[in-house]
Amino acid sequence: MAVDRLSLDIPDRSITVLVGPSGCGKTTTLRMINRMVEPSEGTILLDGQDIQQQPVNTLRRSMGYVIQNAGLFQHRTIVDNIATVPRMLGWGKDKARARARELMERVGLDGALAKRYPYQLSGGQQQRVGVARALAADPPVLLMDEPFSAVDPVVRKGLQDELLRIQAELGKTIVFVTHDIDEAVKLGTMVAVMRTGGHLAQFAPPAELLSDPADAFVEDFLGADRGIRRLSFFPATGLELLTGPIVAVDATAEQVAARDTAGAPYLLVTDQEGRPLGWSEPGELTAGNIRQAELLPYGRPFVAGTDSLRSALDCAVLSPTGWAVAVDAEGRTAGVVSQQTIGEAIRGAHAERRASDRAAERPQAGKDSRVAR
Amino acid sequence: MNGFFDIPSDLQHSWLGLVGLHLREALLPVLAGLVVSLPLAQLCVRFRWLYPPVLWVTTVLYAIPSLAFFVLLIDYTGQTELTVMIPLTVYSLVVLVPAIVDGVRSVPQETLAAATAMGFGPVRRYLQVQLPIAVPAIIAGLRVATVSSISLVSVGTLIGNQGALGNLLNDANIYNRPELAVNAVLSMAALAILADGLLVGLRLLLTPWMPRRTRTKPKAGRPDPAVLALEDAAR
Ligand SMILES: Nc1ncnc2c1ncn2[C@@H]1O[C@H](COP(=O)(O)OP(=O)(O)OP(=O)(O)O)[C@@H](O)[C@H]1O
Ligand SMILES: [Mg+2]
Repeated sequence: MAVDRLSLDIPDRSITVLVGPSGCGKTTTLRMINRMVEPSEGTILLDGQDIQQQPVNTLRRSMGYVIQNAGLFQHRTIVDNIATVPRMLGWGKDKARARARELMERVGLDGALAKRYPYQLSGGQQQRVGVARALAADPPVLLMDEPFSAVDPVVRKGLQDELLRIQAELGKTIVFVTHDIDEAVKLGTMVAVMRTGGHLAQFAPPAELLSDPADAFVEDFLGADRGIRRLSFFPATGLELLTGPIVAVDATAEQVAARDTAGAPYLLVTDQEGRPLGWSEPGELTAGNIRQAELLPYGRPFVAGTDSLRSALDCAVLSPTGWAVAVDAEGRTAGVVSQQTIGEAIRGAHAERRASDRAAERPQAGKDSRVAR
Repeated sequence: MNGFFDIPSDLQHSWLGLVGLHLREALLPVLAGLVVSLPLAQLCVRFRWLYPPVLWVTTVLYAIPSLAFFVLLIDYTGQTELTVMIPLTVYSLVVLVPAIVDGVRSVPQETLAAATAMGFGPVRRYLQVQLPIAVPAIIAGLRVATVSSISLVSVGTLIGNQGALGNLLNDANIYNRPELAVNAVLSMAALAILADGLLVGLRLLLTPWMPRRTRTKPKAGRPDPAVLALEDAAR
């Protein structure tokens, strides 16, 4: 039995991720939703209706399915691949193609690729075509089976961001299968961790998964650094940023001397626009003659408004001085913060989360479709 | 009166007439073979157990000498073109059925899954996905079948001069005009090469979706159709 007594409430207009070790029945679950596999017992409800009641091909055309390795039609051009389902639904050729071109833009594909054939595309581009093809008839439900597993990490990150953006714009109900827990945590509104035999190990929002794994299996599956990963869910906005230990590269001797370093052993040198250049010990600085080549590297800055405590901590760890640099959206320095301050913020955030968890019961996800067997 | 293209009057055709006749007798059987093979191959794909016995039967039929077919058929169809074309149709199956089955089976699993997931029914999936993707394999089969059919027509000489260009071989013997034999062999070779070239062109036309650079030889080890033609001429 590939999937046994699985019961899931998949929330509407959000991304539900099925994650688990290879062979645990994720693909089978996904295929049950569009009836490529029929359950031997149990029902699947979509908007309260049993999917068994619908003609099977009507059901399938109302769900976009993104298959592993894209599964494109090698004998059709990119536009025609994307236009497949609209054409089957009886759209005219021109309308379907126009729609296909619109979708190419939406998933970030150059329009010049429209007349190409799949073999002329890179793996990442093919995945995008797969996503566009699934979106073509504007289905309310999108099923995605390890859609990004065949591409390199950089392209994968791009595709993930793209998916989140598309989801924010279109509000689809997405069921996303992966065996990559990082991907699950990044994309999922809700994450279902499955174990072999199609049993549900835990179904929870990613932050809760990381903070309260249900059992040893889930904990093991989350990996050794779940504490660090969990920090992605705490915004860095609360960090107290210091602006004292910052000097512009063209500062005068008096300005340098007047800096209140607030106990920081280093000063951050910025250019005239405020973009960080590097760290220096205060004694090493000669006003009017700051040699940029001699500054210590500042690592990778984090964006104060949008990044998480995880990024902030990462910046501090990467920085040779142990201090992280915060920038605004334009890349201008917003302040600096020490590892120690970040550590305090983490402890504070954890305490606050525990308190709020106790106070309010966990918010209930909306009930929409239900998978049971 | 003894030129290269002067055809003895007993054949009742000019050289060009013989060429036309030859093409008809060679190509109609391949076409008929294709029409039979397509559904037969689809059955073999659909019901896997059917494929080995079908393959076995086509091979056995291929092993029957054409003369035996003629003896069998002549009571029904007489000394006509049809008597020549029926065995040729049967022979073409041994190439066409496996070519189509392999072609259809070579469609990647995920392509089929994608088609199913998008709501393709079995018929639509066969016609719009499997068959187009099998085109290169089918045409590779057609090339071999066509070329061997062109050379096999000659055996029709045995039943009242129904061998088209092949009759020239017999006449070369009777009238002691060896140039007629040379004419027959060269003409058939030219037809075979021409037909093969046209099929290659057809494939290029039908498969703009294939990578162009890696298309040197579809299958290593498959003998060149033109070579096969010369071998078959001995049948
Ligand atoms: N068509 C099938 N018929 C019978 N059993 C199958 C079939 N497909 C898969 N299985 C079995 O069902 C189980 C679950 O398979 P499934 O493909 O759903 O796994 P998965 O979680 O998607 O794994 P992966 O991460 O490797 O894709 C496996 O033990 C597999 O052997
Ligand atoms: Mg799978």
